[in-house]
Amino acid sequence: MPDQLIYAMEVSLNGLMAGVMYALVALGFVLIFKASGIFNYAQGVLALFAALTLVGLQNGQVPFAHVINAIFGTDLHHFGWQLPGLVAIALTALVMVGLAILIERLILKHLVNQEPIILFMATIGLAYFLEGLGDVMWGADIKTLDVGLPQGISETIDEVTFNLFGYGFFIDRLDIVATVVAALLVASLTAFSQYTKYGRALRAVADDHQAALSVGISLRFVWVLVWSIAGFVALVAGIMWGSKSGVQFSLSLIALKALPVLMLGGFTSIPGAIVGGLIIGMGEKLFEFFAGPLIGGATENWFAYVLALVFLVIRPQGLFGERIIERV
Amino acid sequence: MFYREAGDFKTSYVDDSQTFPIRFDRMRYYAVLVVGFGIIPFVINDYWANAVFVPFLIYAIAAIGLNILTGYCGQVSLGTGGFMAVGAYACYKLMTGFPEVPILIHVLLAGGVTAGVGVLFGLPSLRIKGFYLAVATLAAQFFLVWLFNKVPWFYNYSASGQITAPERTMFGIAVTGANTPAWAKYLFCAVILFALAWLARNLTRGAVGRKWMAIRDMDIAAEIIGVNPLTTKLTAFAVSSFFIGVAGALFFAVYLGAAEVGEAFGIQKSFLILFMVIIGGLGSLFGSFAGAAFLVLLPVFLKNVLVEGMGWPTDLAAHVELMIVGALIIVFLILEPHGLAQLWRVAKEKLRLWPFPH
Repeated sequence: MPDQLIYAMEVSLNGLMAGVMYALVALGFVLIFKASGIFNYAQGVLALFAALTLVGLQNGQVPFAHVINAIFGTDLHHFGWQLPGLVAIALTALVMVGLAILIERLILKHLVNQEPIILFMATIGLAYFLEGLGDVMWGADIKTLDVGLPQGISETIDEVTFNLFGYGFFIDRLDIVATVVAALLVASLTAFSQYTKYGRALRAVADDHQAALSVGISLRFVWVLVWSIAGFVALVAGIMWGSKSGVQFSLSLIALKALPVLMLGGFTSIPGAIVGGLIIGMGEKLFEFFAGPLIGGATENWFAYVLALVFLVIRPQGLFGERIIERV
Repeated sequence: MFYREAGDFKTSYVDDSQTFPIRFDRMRYYAVLVVGFGIIPFVINDYWANAVFVPFLIYAIAAIGLNILTGYCGQVSLGTGGFMAVGAYACYKLMTGFPEVPILIHVLLAGGVTAGVGVLFGLPSLRIKGFYLAVATLAAQFFLVWLFNKVPWFYNYSASGQITAPERTMFGIAVTGANTPAWAKYLFCAVILFALAWLARNLTRGAVGRKWMAIRDMDIAAEIIGVNPLTTKLTAFAVSSFFIGVAGALFFAVYLGAAEVGEAFGIQKSFLILFMVIIGGLGSLFGSFAGAAFLVLLPVFLKNVLVEGMGWPTDLAAHVELMIVGALIIVFLILEPHGLAQLWRVAKEKLRLWPFPH
C-alpha cells in the first residue's frame, strides 16, 4: 500500500477521535436546545468550569483564595488534602447540579417567552460570568488534570497496524477512552429519554411547552434536570479535554468548535451531534494533511466553519435536523 | 411642559417629514452637536481621547453597522471582528500603497472593500436563517483572521506580522501615527461618525430601511408583497459591512496605531459589538450610541474602582470585571430586553405628559 494512503488512514482515524471530543461538547448543546429552545453558548465554559472545580477539589485548593488574600492580606492557598478522583468527580457533579438550579432560578425563570436571540445573549452573559468566576475561584494558571485515565500511545493498535501495513499508527489511549465514554454517554442518554418517566417528560417539553404544562409536567423541574444533565456532560467533556491538553482558558473555546458540528448534524438531533463531530473531526484533519502545507497550515481554525457553511447552503436544516417549514 | 408637539405648526411637507419632529428634540440634537464639535475638541486631553472618546466614537460606528444588519434586517452576525479586520487591512494596504492620497479617502475606500467582502459572505443568508446563519458568519470571522495571519502580502511582509499605521495627514495635520494630537483623532472620528449616523438615519427611515424591516419581521411575507429578498439582504450586508469596515480602519489607523489581527479583531470583538447592539437596543440608532458608550465606560469605571480604589492586583480585577460584565448583561436582559433605547423611549413618553400626567 502506498505510504501516502497509510498516513491518510492514520490521520483520518485521529480525526475521528478528535471528532468524538467535539461531539461530547455538542451533545450538551443539543440537550438544552431540544428541551428549552435555548442556544446555550455557555456549554464550553461549563466544561471549563467543571474541569477547574474538579482540579480544585482534588488538590484541596481554597476557593476564592485570591480574593480573600487581596482583601484581608492573608496567604491562603490549599487545605492540604488530596481527594481520590472518583470522590472529586462526584462532588463536582453535585456542584454542577447546584449550578443548574441557580441558573434556572436566577436567569431562565425570568426570561420565559423572550425571543431566542435574547436567550442566546443571556447565555453569552452567563459564559462571561462563569469564565470570570472560574478564574476568581480557582486561579487563572494552567492546571493539569489527572483522574487516572490512561494516556500515551496505544501499543496494541501500534502493533496490529504494524503487522498489517508495516507502519504503526499513533493513537492516543485517552482518545480511545473518550470514544468509549462518548458511546456509553449517548447510549445511556438515549435509554434515559426513551424508557424513564423523566426522560419522557423531557421529550414532551421538547415537543410542545404548553401541551407538556397542561398534562402536569413541571417545566421548571425539567429545565433544572436538563441543565444538570448538560452540566454532567460538560463535566465529562471537561475531564477528557482537561486530561488531553490541561485545564486552561482555551478549553472554553472548544464550544465554538462544537457549533459547526451542531450545524452539520442539526440542532435537534443527538445522533446528529455524534455524526457531525466525526465528519468535522475527520474533515479538518484530512484537509490540514492534504491542503495545509500548500496554503500555510493552521487551517483547522476555520475549515470546520467553512465546511458547515457550504453544507448548509445545500441542506439548510443540517443532516438530521427537523425539516424547516415556513408559513406566513 | 417643554417636550411636546403642541404649538409647533408644520407648514410644508419638508417640515412634516423632518427627522426630529419635536422642537425640544431638535434643540437637544443641536446642543449635542455644539458640545461635540465646539467644546470637547478644545478641552480634550490624551487620556480622555484614548480611554473614552475615540473608542466610543469608533465602536458607535461599528454598532450602527451591526444594528443595520441585525436590528433592522434581522440577520444575526458574529463576523463583525473579521469585517473590521478587512477594513483595517484594506486601509493599511491603501495607506502604504498610495501615501499621497488623503487618509479620509482611504478610510472610505476601506469601507467599500469591506462592503464587497460582506456581500460575498452575505450570499448564504438567502438559504440559511436564524442561528444557523449566526454560526455561518463565524466562518467569515475565523477565515478572515486566518487569512490576514497567513498571507504576508497583507501585512507587507513585516517581520512581526503586525501592521503599523504610518503618519498621514488631513489639511496638514497628522491624523494617524505617533504624533497625532488628541483633538485631531477625536475630531476625525467624530466627523465620520456624524456623517455615517446621518446616512444611517436617513437610510433606515426611507424605502431601503422599510424593506429591511419587512424582511426582518417576516421574510416570506415580505417577499409576497414585493420586496426582493436578494437585493434587500445584500444591501443590508453591504451597508452594514461598509460601516463596520470604516470602524475597523479607524480602530487600527487612528486608535491603535499598530495591530495584530488575532488580538485586535478576534471573536471577542464580534461579541463585544453584538453586546453593544443588544444592550443599546436592536433596531435603534440611539441604542447603538448608548450601548457603545455603556460598554466603553464600564471597564474604565471598574478599573478605576477596583485597581486604583481598592488596590486589587490587575489580573484579579480583570476576572472580576468579566464577572460583572456577564452579570450586568444578564440583569439587563431580564429587566429590559429591548435595551437602553427602550428606557429612553419610555422616558420620552413620560416627559411628553409631564408635569400633568392626567
